[in-house]
Amino acid sequence: MRIIFSYLSGLLFGVGISLSGMANPAKVLNFFDITGIWDPSLAFVMGGALIVTFIGYQIVLKRPAPTLSSSFQVPTRRDLDLPLIGGSAVFGVGWGIAGFCPGGALPALGTGRIEVFTFIIALLAGILAAKVLKAAISKRAQAPV
Amino acid sequence: MIETAFTPLQSLGGGALIGLGAVLLMATMGRVMGATGILAGIIQPTNLSDWSWRVTVLAGMISGPLVVMLITGELPAVQVPVSTSMLLIGGFIVGIGVTFGAGCTSGHGVCGMARLSPRSIAATITFMITTAITVYVVRHVLGA
Repeated sequence: MRIIFSYLSGLLFGVGISLSGMANPAKVLNFFDITGIWDPSLAFVMGGALIVTFIGYQIVLKRPAPTLSSSFQVPTRRDLDLPLIGGSAVFGVGWGIAGFCPGGALPALGTGRIEVFTFIIALLAGILAAKVLKAAISKRAQAPV
Repeated sequence: MIETAFTPLQSLGGGALIGLGAVLLMATMGRVMGATGILAGIIQPTNLSDWSWRVTVLAGMISGPLVVMLITGELPAVQVPVSTSMLLIGGFIVGIGVTFGAGCTSGHGVCGMARLSPRSIAATITFMITTAITVYVVRHVLGA
């Protein structure tokens, strides 16, 4: 059951990404090119996704637990810190250069296009590099002076 | 640069399906549909049961374009107006950013915003601004 519903969740997401245009870097970059060849479609993707998720979460998160797992695992932190804002700012720079974001690129792997694999390999390298960097930073912070 | 057509209804419908996927994953597995988190958990597994749901979600995501092809007869368009080196540089920078920022468009922009999380709202506003600035600089200042 866990396998079936995990797969279905991913599939709905992947079909949605494919139909919406989020898997298409030209469309994504044109959304941000307001002073150039602007394509406002992505505002509708965000709008549709947010409305459904907002209403759905209201219903689902009122329940004591998810149906196939023991508890909801939702981030609880509310504070803003430098890694969050700095990391997000850096993410935007990369998104603006490549035109793919992780959620757009993962389903796009299904098209078999070499450009998607190129992006994903660089993405994985970036994630691993950041993990090493994060571990080094926290080790330094913990080291006795 | 490649011009693209404005597709409000198709994008709204696609967005609604993205939301349905996110809600279904929360209702059944109790998890956030965040591409960054799911991918990070796949390359650094903690245990088999945690790894297996992530890989299954990823398999579902990758099947998305194929299901679209079964229904419409063609794969979704992937038009790449940037060079290979921009894909590599951009991808690496995205990987660094989403790891420190703990999320991307799906995790912060959809799931976190839908929970009205202050961290996700701040993250989303931040990356939308820096993406727009980057696209402006790349296209209209550097002329790439």
